[in-house]
Amino acid sequence: QGKFTLLRDTRTDGSFLVHHFLSFYLRAGCKVCFVALLQSFSHYNIVAQKLGVNLTAAKERGQLVFLEGLKSCLDLVFGEDEEQPGQPSPLQFLSESTSDLRALFDFVRVSLTAPDSDAWKGPVLLVDDLSVLLSLGAAPVAVLDFIHYCRVCVCSQLQGNVVVLVHSSEDSEDEENELVVNSLCHHSDLILWAEGLATGFCKDVHGQIKIIQRVSLQQAGEQDLVQIYQYKIQDRNVTFFARGLSAAVL
Amino acid sequence: LVFTEEDKYGLYSNLLFKYFLAEGIVCGHELFVASAKDHPDNILKELPAPLLDDTYGKELGDEAAAVKSEDLQDSMKIAWRYQNLPKMEASPTSYTKFGHYYDVSKKMSPELIQSIKWHSFYLHEELSSQPEMKTCNMNGAYARLLQSLQRIIAQGGFDGSDPQKKQKNVLRIGIQGLGSLLWGDDICCSDTPEDGHSLTKFLYVLRGLLRKSLSACIITVPAHLIQNKAIMERVTNLSDMVVGLESFIGSERETNPLYKDYHGLVHVHQIPRLNSLICDVSDTKDLAFRLKRKLFTIERLHLPPDLSDTVSRASKQDLAGSAKLLSSGCGAMAIGKKHLDF
Repeated sequence: QGKFTLLRDTRTDGSFLVHHFLSFYLRAGCKVCFVALLQSFSHYNIVAQKLGVNLTAAKERGQLVFLEGLKSCLDLVFGEDEEQPGQPSPLQFLSESTSDLRALFDFVRVSLTAPDSDAWKGPVLLVDDLSVLLSLGAAPVAVLDFIHYCRVCVCSQLQGNVVVLVHSSEDSEDEENELVVNSLCHHSDLILWAEGLATGFCKDVHGQIKIIQRVSLQQAGEQDLVQIYQYKIQDRNVTFFARGLSAAVL
Repeated sequence: LVFTEEDKYGLYSNLLFKYFLAEGIVCGHELFVASAKDHPDNILKELPAPLLDDTYGKELGDEAAAVKSEDLQDSMKIAWRYQNLPKMEASPTSYTKFGHYYDVSKKMSPELIQSIKWHSFYLHEELSSQPEMKTCNMNGAYARLLQSLQRIIAQGGFDGSDPQKKQKNVLRIGIQGLGSLLWGDDICCSDTPEDGHSLTKFLYVLRGLLRKSLSACIITVPAHLIQNKAIMERVTNLSDMVVGLESFIGSERETNPLYKDYHGLVHVHQIPRLNSLICDVSDTKDLAFRLKRKLFTIERLHLPPDLSDTVSRASKQDLAGSAKLLSSGCGAMAIGKKHLDF
C-alpha cells in the first residue's frame, strides 16, 4: 500500500512488466487508472486476454479507467472546438503553450476519487510510458511535478500504488529523459529494471531483470536489496530463472 | 509504423521505399505518397515492375540447380560439429510465398499504376493552404501533412467511419525524407534545434492515425544528418519498426574483402511487438543487402571463406557476432537467401 514502483528498461522492451501489473492489480480487485500513451486499447486488451483478464469487462464495471493517449491526442488535434469548459482534454498541454500537466493530473485524480471507488480495494495508477510525455514537448520539471502530485494524491492520501514505466540507457544522449529517470529512481520504493544482456542478443534469454527494494528509504543506514534474475518471454507468460540457469543451457 | 534510416546517398532507402509502394499497387491497396524532394508523380513512375511467378522461379531455379549438383552429402570429418546445423537453402520457393518479387531493371507499367487509387502530397504544391487543425506548435509542413492524411483516411473510410463501405481496403502511406531541411525542420542543421519536438509530435499523431485506421506507413529519414541523437532515441521509441540502411559507398568498407559481395548492411534496431508479449525475433541480426542487376536482396551476412595466406583477417573485430554465421559447407553455398518480402 502506498508504494511507488518504477519500471525501467534499457536496450530492451519492458512493456511485459506493464502487462503483468495491469492484470495483477485487476485480478486483485483494485481500481486501476491506466494512462496508456504508447499503444492502443486493443493491444493491451489482446495481451491481457492471454494473461486471463478482460479489459473491456473491467472498463464496463468501472474497475478500469483507461486513458488512450493516441486517441485523445487525435481528438485534441483534429476535433472541433466543442470541449465543455469543465472537461478539458487530459493532454491539454499539447495545444497550449503552458507545458504543465495539470489537466492530466486532474484526470487521474478524478478517476481515482470517484464515488464508486469504495467498491474496490485500493486505487492504482499505471503509466505507460512516461518518456513519451517528454517527446510530446512536456518539460522534465513538469513531468516530475506531475508524478509528485500523483504520489501525494494516490500514495499518501488514498493509500494506493503508483507504477510507472520509463526508458533509459547509460549512454543515452537524451539528457532530459535521464534527468527524469534518475530523479524517479531516488524516490521509488521498488525498482524493476529490465535490461538486455550485456553479452548481446540471445534467443533463449531475453534479458535480465534487477529488482531493487529501496530499504534505504525507510531505514537510514540500511542497504538496498538487489536481486538479479534472467527471463524469457513466451506467448502467455514470462519465465524467470537465476542467472546462468536458463533451460537452454542446462 | 516502419521507420527507415536512410543511407548516406539515399540510393538504397529509395529503393526500399519504392518496393513498399509497388507492393501496395500489386495488392490493390490505396497509396498516399508524400515528399518534399521528388514529386510523387515521378516517384510512382519509377516503381519496379513485378515479376511474374514463372520467370522468377526459373531464374532462381537455374542457380539452385547449379549448386545442387555439388551438394555435399558426405559427412564431414573435420568440422563435424557443423553437421547438425541446418543447411542454408538456396531457393526461396521452398518457403511459403509472402508478398511479391520485383524486377528492378524494369519500370512498372502505367496501366498497373492507374488501376489503384492514389493520393499525393508534394509539399511545395501545398504551401498555400492553411491547416484547419490545431497545430500544437508543430512545424507547419508536418501539420499540413497530417491534415491531408486525416482527410484521406476519413474520406476513404479507412477508419471504419463509413459503415456502408463493404469492401475494406488498406492505405499504404509512404513519406520520404522526413526531418530534412526541405520540410522546414532544422534538426538536420544544428545540435540544438529551435523546435526539437516537431518531429516527435508528428510521429505521435501519425501513430494515432495509423492505429485508428487500416493503414501502414513507411518513413525514410536522413538519420545521418540529424545531429541531436536524443531525437533519434525518442523517435525509435515512437515507431514500431526501425530499420537502418548503411551502404558501403564511399566508406572504407567498400574495399574490405569481407564485404565484397554486398552493397551495404541492414541494421534492424527494433521490431514490432504488437498484440503480444513477445515479438518474432529472428535467429540472426546481421543482415546485408545487395543490388544485382534485376533484384534487390537482403541476406544473412556471410563471411566468404578465408582463402588468404595470412592467419587472421583484418578488421575481424568489426564484424560483431558474425562468427556464428559460418555456415556448413561454406565453399559452395554462399547464396543463403533469407528474403525480406514486402
